[in-house]
Amino acid sequence: MSVLAPPLPVRRSRKLARWAPYAVLAGSAAFSAGLLALLTTVTIAGLFALTAVSYAVAITTLSRVVEGPRWAKDRLATALVTLAFLLALIPLVSLLAIVVGDGLGGFSWDFLSTDMVGVFGSMTSGGALHAIIGTVYVTGIASLVSIPLGIFTAIYLVEYGQGRLKRGITLLVDVMTGIPSIVAGLFAYTVFLVLFGPAYKSALIGGVALAVLMTPVVIRSVEEMLRLVPNELREASYALGVPKWLTVVKVVLRTSVAGITTGVMIAIARVIGETAPLLMTVGIAQNVNWDAFDGRIATLPVFVYRQYAQGGVAADRAWAGALTLIIIVMLLNLIARLVSRYFAPKGAR
Amino acid sequence: MSKRIDISDLNVYYGDFLAVEGVHMSIEPRSVTALIGPSGCGKSTFLRTLNRMHEVIPGARVTGKAVMDGQDLYAPDIDPVEVRRQVGMVFQRPNPFPTMSIADNVLAGVKLNNRRISKAAADELVERSLTGANLWNEVKDRLEKPGSSLSGGQQQRLCIARAIAVQPQVLLMDEPCSALDPISTLAIEELVHELKNDYTIVIVTHNMQQAARVSDRTGFFNIEGTGKPGRLIEMDDTTTMFSSPAQQATEDYISGRFG
Ligand SMILES: Nc1ncnc2c1ncn2[C@@H]1O[C@H](COP(=O)(O)OP(=O)(O)OP(=O)(O)O)[C@@H](O)[C@H]1O
Ligand SMILES: [Mg+2]
Repeated sequence: MSVLAPPLPVRRSRKLARWAPYAVLAGSAAFSAGLLALLTTVTIAGLFALTAVSYAVAITTLSRVVEGPRWAKDRLATALVTLAFLLALIPLVSLLAIVVGDGLGGFSWDFLSTDMVGVFGSMTSGGALHAIIGTVYVTGIASLVSIPLGIFTAIYLVEYGQGRLKRGITLLVDVMTGIPSIVAGLFAYTVFLVLFGPAYKSALIGGVALAVLMTPVVIRSVEEMLRLVPNELREASYALGVPKWLTVVKVVLRTSVAGITTGVMIAIARVIGETAPLLMTVGIAQNVNWDAFDGRIATLPVFVYRQYAQGGVAADRAWAGALTLIIIVMLLNLIARLVSRYFAPKGAR
Repeated sequence: MSKRIDISDLNVYYGDFLAVEGVHMSIEPRSVTALIGPSGCGKSTFLRTLNRMHEVIPGARVTGKAVMDGQDLYAPDIDPVEVRRQVGMVFQRPNPFPTMSIADNVLAGVKLNNRRISKAAADELVERSLTGANLWNEVKDRLEKPGSSLSGGQQQRLCIARAIAVQPQVLLMDEPCSALDPISTLAIEELVHELKNDYTIVIVTHNMQQAARVSDRTGFFNIEGTGKPGRLIEMDDTTTMFSSPAQQATEDYISGRFG
């Protein structure tokens, strides 16, 4: 019986120099620019696309001639993956660039520390303090409701739930994940209308609307994280004579706390920019409202929307408000990262 | 500090599936009992019933009796958590807690149970347990390092240290050496030999030489076919089992003439 020998490894006899891909890239860019100038006009998008194509063709051909077919495929794949990465980066970078570029003009300490009382027409003063406070209140209320509720529900689903109740809750969470935000706003609005009458307006209503949106997101991500905790760790804990609830608290939650923090932050980031339900439930105000349970309150997304709709100098405030919102989300992310770093399981080899 | 366990007429089910049937067995104190048998015959299943770890698996249940020094382990008024404090377990794959340091892993039984312990007593317990598990010399300079930074064999001995730190009466070991190299295996076998001065030990192994080396008594489990329950075929002193077993199946299995 003949035994199939494994194929011998093919060695790369000649290798392109390290700088070769960059030279090819520069060459393709120059070639594309020249071609475009000859035929039509040079645009950034056109230059980018043509450079990408000619680079991929050139590097593959060159590598095939010099290095051989296998390395040509490798070069082609590298070119394609890099291209995909750059394409994915475009929206992110351009969004950041536009918001920072347009927002920085109106962004100042004054913007952060004043409200809109007595600002009319084309006055350039005024700020978003009231909206920042409103956003903190509304998102804070939503988080106070959603985070404990979401974490406990996820613990129930992963650690305790069985049978019908578990399946029912899972189904409800799935359905809730898909609720359009405007419907959540309508729901909160109606509930408070029925309970407190039409005159009642407060940050609380907005908080409840956002909580409806946020809870399923928290449940989903925490559930995911709890399932990642290996069963062996639970068993190790039980085998030491640790009761189930202590195992859940001190082993399961402790092991997954880094992931849970990240998940919760994503959920907050998801709702902090919600506009529609807030427009409907808390409306807009010009002044700082320190009472979360009474009166209209401004929030950053609604503030941005209103200012932008107004146009003119107010649009600058809209951009500055958008920048503020992004900065808040980034700060939250930073905190989440620090928390995860601190709690993450250490020393995986 | 060690107890005997008498098992009679024990059946173990996963849902409707009868996995192990009709086990009668006596486990002697201060001795090593080895359980051998082909894969899937229910050794792990049986072992887990001895500290009620089977209850962690949804749908698993037992009928029959397991009596530890006169106390029925399955009596309705017995808390499984109490049973597990007296009957410790070491698993096939080392499973140190990844968020804890080496020292904290050893103290896990104390800390996870929210019991207070003075610094001096904790240090003493860590040193005693790690020495008992034959690991102290290798880790004494890095007790604050994470438990997962150890090698596989060291992790397994760390898990043994963790199990003996809570001072159980009985120690169950489910193929503790199956993922280890010969040197770590030897270290653990020596450890088992020392531990039997204080503990009752039940060890599952696929390694005949290991069973012959470490155990005083050996039980042979077998299964007639897929879907059939596993049974305890024969149990005797290890020397007898390996020289002149009463059953033909045992002799076939031990001498490697099987299936
Ligand atoms: N969680 C479970 N749910 C359902 N059936 C199970 C479960 N665990 C084990 N079984 C079944 O019980 C039988 C015995 O399994 P067990 O794990 O006890 O075998 P084993 O003797 O330990 O095998 P091995 O030597 O491979 O570890 C097998 O048929 C197995 O499929
Ligand atoms: Mg097994």
